Amino acid sequence: MTDSLSRKAAASPMLSYLLRSWRRGVLYIGFVGIFAFFSVTLMDQGFLDPDNLLNIVRQTAMISVMAVAMTFVLAAGEIDLSVGSVAGLASVITALAIHDYGFVGGVIAGIASGVIVGIVNGLLTTRVGIPSFLTTLATMGIATGTSMWVSHTAAIPILNRSYSFVFGGGNLGPIPVLFLWVLVIGVVGHIALRKSSFGRRVLATGGNDTAAHYSGVDTKAIKARVLIISSTMAALAGMLYAGRLQSGRFQFGEGDELSVIAAAVLGGTSLMGGSGTIIGSIVGALMIGLINNGLVLLGLDYSQQLIARGVIIILAVALSQRDALR
Amino acid sequence: MSSTIHQGAVQARQPAGTSADFAISMKGITKTFGGVKALLNVDLEVERGEIHALLGGNGAGKSTLLKILRGVQSPDAGVIRVGGEVLAEHSTEASRRAGIAMIFQEMSLIPTLSAAQNIFLNREPKTATGLIDDGECRRQARALFEEFHVAIDPDELVGNMSSGQRQLTEIVKAISQRSKILVLDEPSSALTETEVELLFGILRQLKNDGVAIIYVSHRMEEIMRIADRATILRDGRYVLTATMAELSLDKIITHIVGQEGRNLAMPQRGVSQTGEAILELHAASGPVKPIGVDLTVHRGEVVGVAGLLGSGRSSLARLVYGITPLASGSMRVKGEAVHLNSPAEAIAAGIALIPENRLREGLVARHSVASNICLPVLDRLSRWLLVSTERAGKLVNEHIVSLKVKTDSPEASMLSLSGGNQQKVVLAKGLATLPDILVLDEPTAGIDIGSKTEIVTLIRDMAHANKAVLLISSEPSELIAASDRIVVMADGRLAAEVAISDIVSDEGDPAERLQNAQQRLQLLIQKVNAND
Repeated sequence: MTDSLSRKAAASPMLSYLLRSWRRGVLYIGFVGIFAFFSVTLMDQGFLDPDNLLNIVRQTAMISVMAVAMTFVLAAGEIDLSVGSVAGLASVITALAIHDYGFVGGVIAGIASGVIVGIVNGLLTTRVGIPSFLTTLATMGIATGTSMWVSHTAAIPILNRSYSFVFGGGNLGPIPVLFLWVLVIGVVGHIALRKSSFGRRVLATGGNDTAAHYSGVDTKAIKARVLIISSTMAALAGMLYAGRLQSGRFQFGEGDELSVIAAAVLGGTSLMGGSGTIIGSIVGALMIGLINNGLVLLGLDYSQQLIARGVIIILAVALSQRDALR
Repeated sequence: MSSTIHQGAVQARQPAGTSADFAISMKGITKTFGGVKALLNVDLEVERGEIHALLGGNGAGKSTLLKILRGVQSPDAGVIRVGGEVLAEHSTEASRRAGIAMIFQEMSLIPTLSAAQNIFLNREPKTATGLIDDGECRRQARALFEEFHVAIDPDELVGNMSSGQRQLTEIVKAISQRSKILVLDEPSSALTETEVELLFGILRQLKNDGVAIIYVSHRMEEIMRIADRATILRDGRYVLTATMAELSLDKIITHIVGQEGRNLAMPQRGVSQTGEAILELHAASGPVKPIGVDLTVHRGEVVGVAGLLGSGRSSLARLVYGITPLASGSMRVKGEAVHLNSPAEAIAAGIALIPENRLREGLVARHSVASNICLPVLDRLSRWLLVSTERAGKLVNEHIVSLKVKTDSPEASMLSLSGGNQQKVVLAKGLATLPDILVLDEPTAGIDIGSKTEIVTLIRDMAHANKAVLLISSEPSELIAASDRIVVMADGRLAAEVAISDIVSDEGDPAERLQNAQQRLQLLIQKVNAND
């Protein structure tokens, strides 16, 4: 008996190490697993075509950009449900402004729309004290309503070629411009979260608001800032939609908030705040894109895709959260 | 092998009694965490109708032993018998079925439910229709409170209760399950003196009913009064079990601390000369408390703040640290009038606070030792907005070494540290901001005597380093050992002030002097409260 006990004692650190790395690794294992599955089953449908793979990157770029910012929001213990509708709003505003003022005017107007919604979200959450869940639920409706109103629910074409090139449509050699956007924002986000004093303060605020405040962190400013960053990145995502599809539409980004939050959570970011990784969130976004792409190639219709996507996300999140529940 | 481990002068263990004589018998308990032996061959035997103190410093293994008893963790080796029966399964459910109830420092009550609802949570009496019988629930709760002479309304929401009332509700909840074994972990830390008397009354009553009680506390006076026997652990090893008659305070402290034991009883008569006034409060009031406080603290001086719970001591600390802004009156730091609106401004003015509740206010518990220490000084550690790994590492290592923080690595989670070491990290955070004024709110609450002594020494070192210290404490011995003068608060006001030389006499041996001084201070606190 003593023997088996001592063996158990020796095994348990090893076991707990494996469990921990399992939690970290499950996303990547899942990613590779799903990729391999589709590679085999969809070989004839051209899943492994470079064109198709680049398409996945293009399709997930907007989710990735928003997921980077969402990681900061969740790490600070807040949530932003308005990202999808802000993307739609920014696409419409940008298209309208390009029509009247050209490239630069369009870019400024698009970014400004995101910053403004972010400031509203931030002030309502930190000064008035409405939980960010409710604040952003409300501004989600306001943003969608505004974009429907100003666009008369119609698509607004963008005829500016350089805009379409820079924001989404273009390729530099074989590399899609969208990939470069994700790369740059991902690298900046990663460094900001891991290495900058701002990132440390975000994590501390989400980990223990009171203790962070007592340590001299202006937790309200931190929360307001992450909400502004999130809306601004959502606006950028909307502008990428507009560039890629050469128009502004209020439907762009519809429902993206769920994919974005799922991507971050898949990537190991806790909804409780205090932890998160940018790389995880981007891989999470790619994984969602991979699933979507594979399901389309498998010939599932939209209703079946929705069901399959939901089940896969639940499975993946459940597996990656296993020891957090204990 | 066991003879080498079981050291200690007093051997009062039951010679050859069978385990069936004990309500609980834990034998040869060993537990290892990632290569660290938290417990090695530890024994604990408690008789029926006995109050048994479990003593030891932080990291001595008390919590681990209790977790094993409660079934939260399973031992790597050893046997647990409850009432003679071997406890084969290690789960909280198995422990509960065996009749073991435990009361924790952290409260397990739900604030939005009433006292009665909390007591019968998950085992509510039902009516014939299967719905919860609130009337019966209330009646039984009232009967329980009356049985133990606790004046709490069963309908009172837990969220509206004082921390002492909550603790008593928690205790009543545990004993309502008619457990044969009751474990209390620091039950008195939130209680006022009258509530402590109430608690002791309850415990004696339970003892007469044959309940075996394990009592864990850092308050030695209470242990001396209430316990029948004590088991002492040190560094995860069993030291001894003895009746209280065989133990004295000195002996207990010697066993807990081991060879390095230093004596808290020696008041540090120091100082001497104090420098210029660095913190001045004039008629300073907060939104509720404190009220009209006039207080000046000089460089090189430790001012102790005594008083009962709720006397406004922590409010004073929050006022000085800018958490609650000054409502009226004025505050000067280094001669300049300031109006602090946030901790960030206080830190910039050279003030550091060691808050009362380390897990809630002091630490981001899930983060590492290193990120906690760096948090208040990120700007100083950063260049071009990025935190310099080199500077951060240097700062963290310096503080881990100078405060003797016991941790596996700077990257270890705060949750893996013992209470005393967590508190040292909170101190490190404060010291990292290089303060001129240090405000400590109950810096030694719930930590072992070894760490307490270290922290008192550290406070004196701060004074010698020409800083000003405001020390809030409920422990007279600590106030006397560390302070140059002591102010007493009552109902939000400064009610009295004494120099340390006025309460510590020059006669008698050190222990006697400390005892006399404590009595004088207690008397003073009681007096200023009686005046109102």
